[in-house]
Amino acid sequence: MTGILSLITFAPAIGAALILALRAGRPASPQGDDLARWIAFGTSLVTLGLSVLLTLRFDNANPGFQFVEDIPWFAGLHYRMGVDGISVLFVLLTAFLTPICIAASWKSVENRVTSYMVAFLLLETLVIGVFCALDLVLFYVFFEFGLAPMFLIIGIWGGKRRVYAAFKFFLYTLLGSVLMLAAVLAMIGASGTSSIPDLMAFRFEPWMQTWLWLAFFASFAVKMPMWPVHTWLPDAHVEAPTAGSVILAGILLKMGGYGFLRFSLPMFPDASQAFAPLVFALSAIAIVYTSLVAFRQTDIKKLIAYSSVAHMGFVTMGIFSFDVVGVQGAIFQMLSHGIISGALFLCVGVVYDRMHTREIAFYGGLVKRMPVYAALFLLFTMGNVGLPGTSGFVGEIMTLTGVYFSSTWTALAATTGVILSAVYALTLYRRVIFGEMTNPALAEITDVNLREILIFAPLVVATLWLGFQPGLVFNITASSVDGLLDAFRTAVGK
Amino acid sequence: MFATDLALATPLLILAGSALFLLVAGAYMGRPDRLVGLGAMAALAASAVAAVIGPQGQAFSGALSADAASVFAQVVICLGSMVAIPLGQAWFERRGIRNFEFPVLVLLAALGMGMMAGAGDLLSLYIGIELQSLALYVLAALHRDDAKASEAGLKYFVLGALSSGLLLYGASLVYGFSGAIRFDAIAAAVQGEAGTGVLFGLVFMICGLAFKVSAAPFHMWTPDVYEGAPTPVVAFFAGAPKLAAMLVFARVLAEAFPLAADQWRQILILIALASVAVGALAGLAQTNLKRLWAYSSIANVGYAVLGLAAGTAQGVQAMLVFMALYTVAVIGFFACLSALARNGRPLETLDDMAGLFQQRPWLSLALTVFALSGLGLPPFAGFWGKYYVFMAAVNAGDPVLLWSAVAALLGSVIAAFYYLRLVKVMWFDPPPGETDRPPVEAGAIAVGAAVFTFPLVLGLMPLIDRYAAAAAAALGLG
Repeated sequence: MTGILSLITFAPAIGAALILALRAGRPASPQGDDLARWIAFGTSLVTLGLSVLLTLRFDNANPGFQFVEDIPWFAGLHYRMGVDGISVLFVLLTAFLTPICIAASWKSVENRVTSYMVAFLLLETLVIGVFCALDLVLFYVFFEFGLAPMFLIIGIWGGKRRVYAAFKFFLYTLLGSVLMLAAVLAMIGASGTSSIPDLMAFRFEPWMQTWLWLAFFASFAVKMPMWPVHTWLPDAHVEAPTAGSVILAGILLKMGGYGFLRFSLPMFPDASQAFAPLVFALSAIAIVYTSLVAFRQTDIKKLIAYSSVAHMGFVTMGIFSFDVVGVQGAIFQMLSHGIISGALFLCVGVVYDRMHTREIAFYGGLVKRMPVYAALFLLFTMGNVGLPGTSGFVGEIMTLTGVYFSSTWTALAATTGVILSAVYALTLYRRVIFGEMTNPALAEITDVNLREILIFAPLVVATLWLGFQPGLVFNITASSVDGLLDAFRTAVGK
Repeated sequence: MFATDLALATPLLILAGSALFLLVAGAYMGRPDRLVGLGAMAALAASAVAAVIGPQGQAFSGALSADAASVFAQVVICLGSMVAIPLGQAWFERRGIRNFEFPVLVLLAALGMGMMAGAGDLLSLYIGIELQSLALYVLAALHRDDAKASEAGLKYFVLGALSSGLLLYGASLVYGFSGAIRFDAIAAAVQGEAGTGVLFGLVFMICGLAFKVSAAPFHMWTPDVYEGAPTPVVAFFAGAPKLAAMLVFARVLAEAFPLAADQWRQILILIALASVAVGALAGLAQTNLKRLWAYSSIANVGYAVLGLAAGTAQGVQAMLVFMALYTVAVIGFFACLSALARNGRPLETLDDMAGLFQQRPWLSLALTVFALSGLGLPPFAGFWGKYYVFMAAVNAGDPVLLWSAVAALLGSVIAAFYYLRLVKVMWFDPPPGETDRPPVEAGAIAVGAAVFTFPLVLGLMPLIDRYAAAAAAALGLG
């Protein structure tokens, strides 16, 4: 099975190259666009199949890295790939969401389809690469390069203020990553290796850990995003096309949380412990403040974007609880949020494709014309609120439990976030779906069609399945999380 | 002995001999431009091969050294000059200027660069720099009916002459106080830290060299000359000559003043940070792409100087890797510009590039690659150059250098804005009209350079890394 990770990572890039070779420089035509769509969809399905195979072959009992590939490169760097229990599910999540995104863009993106599909497949390659890379510099390459296709996706296919949003997204994240690059260089300089497994075993001086932790934090906090550096997210989300939002919320945000788990905790344990109160405070503020902000939004997408920031607050809080339940919950919350927020953005996309507005006030009474849509939207809204039975519940309760023992006050503040999320999510649902249909423009709106139902079906299944059987995830993550936390406790001497 | 010297100088003799021969041949045969061009390219190829397979050692009592560093530079110089010939000849032909002098001047410039790369004493350093500079002044003004090109040539000449004066004055001071012109003899005479007199000379020499590589605060000529000179000529002199000048810069510092590293390091850090700052901030206000890339080159030279400032073999290696990768990217960028025109008018401003992706997907993909490479986004070539430089700065173990590296990194975030703006206009904005069919040779060079910048560079890095390391070791810093 050696080589499967490279195959999964680069399969989408090969698809992108194929599209480029067949279509670049040719005038746009419906047949050509369809060809690009089918190649992209086919490639992403192949990637999904390989990722499922990877997950099935994954040895749950092994806490270390599996399917490792290691080729020396230059200047001491290696092309080194591998997955453990923490990263393997993110690979699967990425491979799962990409075909859905491509299918969701089938009709809504009609302009420059070739470039769109190429950008999306390239993005998939880079995101999967981030989760598989076991060399610090290789990780950085994948992590940074992802900015370019996302810049184009927001800037070309976005809404009215797309250029502003694309620049804000790029420069904000670049500033964070540049600090991370400085830390990466310092780490290689101090330890003499760029291998992530070796760096996990390396003990940096405490003063150095502080600086390195802060530099990585600058990057991951922007990516997460954490309050107060979250302001790029609502802009990027509102202007991005639907599938762009799904990828952004579903996967790109997870790179921050993954980074904390892969780098901050194992490599800078002392600094992580010292800075945990800071993370708790920022998480609690994020949960309460952005929930309140979400309540005041008039744009559906912006509301969901702010709710994402709040949900990511649970993740950071859970990770820095240094508790098995909390960390497991954080990973689960990331996966679940990837599915649910992705689905919610797709729900917005359904009405946006029909009416070309996302103003909450424009809608109302949709249940009368779109009963199936109302049911789908309800399920995902409930997932977002954290209703037991949906995957959203498991992550929230576990992170809260985990944090309760480390910092009761944080848990208390975060719990109010659960209530606030019900307030904004249900208010949104009521105003869009229920009430009188007063807007005459909505009189002819049609319910979801078969293609849309097929897009939503896997998301519905995943939300409920994980809600009832969260053990599926924990079986895979358990041994790696235990290993991570054991090493952490040894390092900080607890 | 003399035969050994000649054998060591073969790569340069090939260039000198063929330049003279082609000049005479061109003058006496009727319209032989194409043939002269091909002959010059063959001479450059032969010179690169001769450098690689030829013997290594010191020639002419140390005036010229043929070592791993000069071989590395010679290969890049010859490749950079080779692509300039078809690019430039076709460009001039389209403007009705048929001259065989262009390839000959490129050859002479390459000869000068080769001498700079192998300079072992102050005289060969000066002769190399002057030979290269004089050829470039003429090249800048070669489009003689164009007022802007003539202005650029004159400006380049006057300011270049000033910098040569500074350099020469510095060299004379160094000679006066140390009593030697050979680099190793100067090092032996100086013994440790440089005294006031020698230091005074060194500072003047650094100013003169900073002028040649267009590092701040001696960068003022760059934007004007880049804007006025013919685009293919800019492609030529923005790349290889900078590498040659950086290498001779490194030679002076490493071979003549190895023990004064603490003294010259402060000057170099200042130059590096000033260049990065000027390049990033002044670039924000530019709308002309040639001027913009002039500022970008100032910033990039700043990074290269930062590598040199590390004062270690790793730093020299970083500088060489950086400059070699930058040379390819900058040639590719200006090849793109010389390929693009709308109704016969070359596309030179940001607004001209609007919607280019829909019209010329391959060329705008190439421009995107060069912009992202300039920005320093991984995995494009520009990132690896910066990676080496910053790694060297971190490993040098000097906290000042470490924080300078962080400051330079932040400068690259500011510069990111203008690179992104180019990407933005090409991809996001609607095109104002049809563009002309790009000439084959310019398009091919542009796309070739882009393919090198990404993804070919990922495969070639182990090779570049190895040769640059050998080259840096030849300079003898620890």
